[in-house]
Amino acid sequence: MKFVTCPSLGRRALSEFTYGGRLEKEPDQESVSEKAWTDYVFYRNGAPQTLKEWWYHRPTGIWFLFERNTLTDRITQVEFANRGIENEA
Amino acid sequence: MPLRLLKYAWKKSEDEPRFFPDETPLKKAYDVVIIGGGGHGMACAYYLAKEHGITNVAVLEQGYIGGGNTGRNTTIVRSNYLTSEGVKFYDESLKLFEDLSDDFDLNIFYSTRGHFTLAHTDSAMRTMRWRAEVNKHHGIDSEVVDVETIQKEVPYMDMSCNGQHPVMGALYHAPGSVARHDAVAWGYARGAQQRGVEIHQKTRVTDIKTKGGKVVGVETDRGFVEAKKVISMVAGSTPRITEMLEIETPIEIFPLQACVTEPVKPFMDTIVVSGSLHVYVSQSSRGELVMGASVDPAELHSTRSTLDFVEGLTDQMMDLFPFTSRLKIMRQWAGMSDITPDFAPIMGKTDVEGFYLDAGWGTWGFKATPVSGKTMAYTVANDTPHELIKPFSLSRYADFKLVGEKGAASVGH
Repeated sequence: MKFVTCPSLGRRALSEFTYGGRLEKEPDQESVSEKAWTDYVFYRNGAPQTLKEWWYHRPTGIWFLFERNTLTDRITQVEFANRGIENEA
Repeated sequence: MPLRLLKYAWKKSEDEPRFFPDETPLKKAYDVVIIGGGGHGMACAYYLAKEHGITNVAVLEQGYIGGGNTGRNTTIVRSNYLTSEGVKFYDESLKLFEDLSDDFDLNIFYSTRGHFTLAHTDSAMRTMRWRAEVNKHHGIDSEVVDVETIQKEVPYMDMSCNGQHPVMGALYHAPGSVARHDAVAWGYARGAQQRGVEIHQKTRVTDIKTKGGKVVGVETDRGFVEAKKVISMVAGSTPRITEMLEIETPIEIFPLQACVTEPVKPFMDTIVVSGSLHVYVSQSSRGELVMGASVDPAELHSTRSTLDFVEGLTDQMMDLFPFTSRLKIMRQWAGMSDITPDFAPIMGKTDVEGFYLDAGWGTWGFKATPVSGKTMAYTVANDTPHELIKPFSLSRYADFKLVGEKGAASVGH
């Protein structure tokens, strides 16, 4: 079983997480052209690379951002998607 | 086949000729280079030579023939899809499959089994009725059957699924079959080679060269090769090929795992699939249960296996077939599936002149082997997409004309 160390939660089994896809900058919906929008929604470089990805921790309901390599499956960085408590203050 | 067997029986010597001749050096130039020596690549080479007379063709394979997803799938062939585009396409494939043993003079162990797609919920039943009607409209043998019929055909199945998710009915597709996947690739490869096509194994394409937006050749680890046309038929390696030409696609790679149990006496001659439980199972001619589930949860370019997969799969399998708790898993493996957002393939021409794409085969590639080879050969020979693959173009996403194929195996929907 794979484990991942998260801020606040510590070492958790990866099976507790749901994959939420890669982090991509959403274009401004008011000004975006149709081509730029389909590029954002559909077209991408799917080759192996290091990506920022959304991962949802089901037991606590917290969204994280993992930096993960899609060839080696190594997770090199984990952070709160909303920067956690700092943001809520 | 019988004729060949008879000839062999009368022969004095016992040596069979080599199935594939020895390796030759790469030529300087080819009319067509096919990247990927799996079922699709071999089939395309075969039909290019047989039906279009194009024989100056090289198939470049980084590993060995049929060593990728062709040898990793669970060998099911069927055509009971949901969309008209899908049904027409896969039905053509099924018809081609039926004649392959004769075409190749090689037994591909094509075995018509009957295919049950179980429904455990009202919404699944509704989808089954929908699929049955679409199928019947296109003249495909497909019907919704009740619990008694299923129980009669598959007597060892627990119809209540351990009381958890009782089976309510199923979509039954009589022509659903299994075939020996390696033999399909070998048969096409030998047929292509006999007609003059060159097959180069252990030859990796490292770059595709263009000049003025037009393909001029491929760089390989054995040197540069000129080519007027290049076709990518590499399944799970597609993004690595398209990256060479800076073509963006909606394809993301997810591992798809499968496993087999130890062999047991024949007890099940049908193929059983449960979309809700994400499992499918058939018994091979050797007696092993061949089982698969849905793709892994996250994008990954790897063929590693996981314990999580076997645990999840066997948990569901024991609900369906309680006695399987006594069976041992013998092998497990994985393939890289190139998944598209609408679960339909991407086939045809691209923005780069002379570069053709046969990709996005996700979890539904093996059953399409003959038809994809045939239609891609037509597309390349005539430089215009075959009628059957027009709906599967790479540009359909930009035009918001997605296919929406929900009949694909092992995808959650």
